Amino acid sequence: MTKQQTPYRVLIGKPGLDGHDRGAKFIARALRDEGFEVIYTGIRRSAAEIAATAIQEDVNAVGLSSLSGAHLRLFPEVVAELEKRGGADIPVLGGGVIPDEDVDQLLQAGLGAIFTPGTPAETIIASFTKACRQHREN
Amino acid sequence: MKTEDLLAGLNSHDPRAIGRAISAVENNDDCSAKLLASLNRDAIDNCLVLGITGPPGAGKSTLTSSIIKQLREQQKRVGIIAIDPSSPISGGAILGDRIRMMDHALDPDVVLRSMATRGRLGGLCASAGAAVRIMAAAGCGTILIETVGVGQSEMDIIRLADITMMVLAPGFGDDIQAMKAGLLEVADFLVVNKSDIAGAEALSMDMEHIFAAREEEDGIKRVLQTIASQHRGIIELLQQIDAFADHINISGIKRSRRRKALDAETLDWVSEMLQPDLLTLMQTLPGTNDPRLRAQELIKIMQNTH
Amino acid sequence: MSTHKKFIEWQEKELAASLNRFPERKEEFTLHGGAEIPRLAVPEHIDDSYLEHLGFPGQYPFTRGVQPTMYRGRFWTMRQYAGFSTAAESNKRYRYLLEQGTTGLSVAFDLPTQIGYDSDDAMSLGEVGKVGVAIDTLADMELLFAHIPLDKISTSMTINSPAIVLLAMYIVVAEKQGIPAEKLRGTIQNDVLKEYVARGTYIFPPRPSLGLITNIFQWCSSNMPLFNTISISGYHIREAGSTAAQEVAFTLANGITYVQTALDAGLEIDDFARRLAFFFNASSNLLEEVAKFRAARRLWARIMKNRFEAQKPSSTMMRFHTQTAGSSLAAQQIDNNIVRVTLQALAAVLGGTQSLHTNSRDEALSLPTEDSVRTALRTQQIIAHESGVADTVDPFAGSYYIEQLTDSIELAAEELIAKIEQSGGVVQCIEDGFIQRQIEQAAYEYQKEVESGERVIVGVNRFQIEGEEKPELLRVDPEVEQAQTTALKQIRRDRNSKEVTQKLVVLQQAAESGDNLMEPIIDAVREYASLGEICTILRDVFGEYRD
Repeated sequence: MTKQQTPYRVLIGKPGLDGHDRGAKFIARALRDEGFEVIYTGIRRSAAEIAATAIQEDVNAVGLSSLSGAHLRLFPEVVAELEKRGGADIPVLGGGVIPDEDVDQLLQAGLGAIFTPGTPAETIIASFTKACRQHREN
Repeated sequence: MKTEDLLAGLNSHDPRAIGRAISAVENNDDCSAKLLASLNRDAIDNCLVLGITGPPGAGKSTLTSSIIKQLREQQKRVGIIAIDPSSPISGGAILGDRIRMMDHALDPDVVLRSMATRGRLGGLCASAGAAVRIMAAAGCGTILIETVGVGQSEMDIIRLADITMMVLAPGFGDDIQAMKAGLLEVADFLVVNKSDIAGAEALSMDMEHIFAAREEEDGIKRVLQTIASQHRGIIELLQQIDAFADHINISGIKRSRRRKALDAETLDWVSEMLQPDLLTLMQTLPGTNDPRLRAQELIKIMQNTH
Repeated sequence: MSTHKKFIEWQEKELAASLNRFPERKEEFTLHGGAEIPRLAVPEHIDDSYLEHLGFPGQYPFTRGVQPTMYRGRFWTMRQYAGFSTAAESNKRYRYLLEQGTTGLSVAFDLPTQIGYDSDDAMSLGEVGKVGVAIDTLADMELLFAHIPLDKISTSMTINSPAIVLLAMYIVVAEKQGIPAEKLRGTIQNDVLKEYVARGTYIFPPRPSLGLITNIFQWCSSNMPLFNTISISGYHIREAGSTAAQEVAFTLANGITYVQTALDAGLEIDDFARRLAFFFNASSNLLEEVAKFRAARRLWARIMKNRFEAQKPSSTMMRFHTQTAGSSLAAQQIDNNIVRVTLQALAAVLGGTQSLHTNSRDEALSLPTEDSVRTALRTQQIIAHESGVADTVDPFAGSYYIEQLTDSIELAAEELIAKIEQSGGVVQCIEDGFIQRQIEQAAYEYQKEVESGERVIVGVNRFQIEGEEKPELLRVDPEVEQAQTTALKQIRRDRNSKEVTQKLVVLQQAAESGDNLMEPIIDAVREYASLGEICTILRDVFGEYRD
């Protein structure tokens, strides 16, 4: 029994150079198990590559993961690259080793949601579902 | 986006429009029929569709990436459709073929789309076929379809291709034995990738054997060696493919292959479109008969209602 | 005490020799009240099975440890891995540490350096100096080791894919200090295979990477005999979510691959085997971890002896560094992490590690503060000086459960290694994703158990508290990137660019013809060719790996 009538398409990407993809891969699988089609770009992607791929693949949402402390530079840049390429409507969600005091700054920079260590997968999936639904309806 | 805007976007090679147009047909949106009917026919007829298949680990994605690189050096605009299976349980999928092709992510003349099989009986063939035509209409003269060469639905997709290559690498002994039978049926070319590692020569010779008769017939080399990760052997491979493309063009083989693909896709659409009605009708039939008898009864009822 | 003749023999030979060379820390080891603590507890009746599976410490198959007296002779090395934004900053810290009596440095490089990009490369954006020191050219390396006599210390460098370049720079820095390579001591991680399955700082495809590693083995075996040329690492495999048995299996399978590659290149097993070091993870399941370390040591000894027919006992002896599990640290109630680290460090010591890094309590949030690093070091010191576990050798031996678990981990690892070999070996299994899938599956199942609450993580999915106070975090100065880039530009202007170009051409030709690249790279870095320039040439020749 499929969980979504027409599957939502999401991109999971890792901007920056850190190779710790355990979290990103777990989320990719958890989303797959909830019926999402997940385009996984692998590690070490530039913001421009992620944005261009998101547009080419016509995804409903983008998820980013970073563990090296470079999130303040990299996440907003993906948002900017999407805007530049006519994809301002595509929501961007982020997660990783992100101190609480950075969360507001990222939300103000246009991120749709930020997940910090220990956020349950259920919460993350619910956020993606909501973001994708809104994106498709608009 | 409206259908007109999508069509205009395809003409101007707008990546957003291409992505959306493929989603529209994949999701069976209302606009998809009109969209598909309005695509540039000539572009579709003239494009070359290459199927790339083979077992996991043989280096398909790396080879695909290497072929893209070579085609780009020849200034060709390329489309790629990378197919992965959907989970039969959740319907979701992880589409990871892009990973090895990320070198081309920022090239506006490389149009890549990942597609999931979506567990449909034959419908995938139709979606992938539509994606090929959309890419052709958006200026892609060469379109690559990459898929794992196992399972019926993948084999059906490969039939969409004008030319098919099977990628193998040394070290797949048993798999290759099992594939041999089907090889002649689907593959025009056999690529022995990772040809720098032990066993490549033996594998090539083994394969030459299978293809010897056809090579003799048209003088086109069918078994080629590559080291895709180092971009070696790709020029030679593409030269042979070009020669073969000319050959199938002139001999009419391409046209007849296209015709078969068209028929297969049409049948796909028929079963896809009829399915909901058939399922409803089926409920009215007694459930005890043999399926074959039930099928005949269904067809009879359908014919009578028209 | 047993009077078995093998036990007497061990006491008279190995033990006596060891005591003669390295006296124990104390004249006498006693409990409070005066009761003597035995050096090594053994069964009353030693049988063949004991001798085959356990033996005595410092003796094949080394299940009970690699030295006869273990920590009664000398504690493990308390080696805290650290990286500082710039070479100058790091140099200051290293010199301070050396004044305090440290004899070993452990260098952490930033991610661009680890992946062979210069600081001004577009890919380096936001990452320069973040997780370690940035090295672009020999000039940075000269700064890093300024006024540090390289013949007096041992240097451990966590560098893999471009290890050959950093090693070349180290050699030239020494050369300029007037110190020949043969006097240099230390370790380079140089374990590229695990990068493909776990850590992710790969550059080239596996096969040419193995070629580079062999270049290093070859060059060092004749020019740099005191240097550990590889640290075969399970740490990151475990961090990526593998089980304990998988950690052992994949690490040893990688080890087998390196050994085989070196043998194929014409090296003799006993010439390089003792320069192989290992690096493991200490995770939270104390008993499983103790058994894991013992199993790994025994299995490696057997592989080296039976499969590779190593003749010298030292060739079969697995020496390893351990780090506590970073992935086990929680971002909630971070003081709990001190307890986790204590249990993990204890497992490493009970498992017989040669050196240990303890993580800091705040590392799930950022780089550790100085206070946190001190507590992490104190944890090791408390285990060493107060817990008593260092006063007798391999104290868990003979526990029914520990021995059973040691056997079963060894067996499971052996079976997995056999499966990899049947599937064409490690490189094939990396290329077709077998190893990655195994790890991913284990990680997925573990996380599912955490998500469902079946596996309790204190403070995370049970016993949570609301409104926690936020700890103070360390931030890396964003100016570092600018400063490093400016310095690099200056060097590019100052160097002899004709010489650089010429050396790079020679390097390219050597790479294309499959020659040993050690000398051409040494020549290139001497002229201040940058890490990025060298790696670009190698990328062009070898290709780039994508996963």
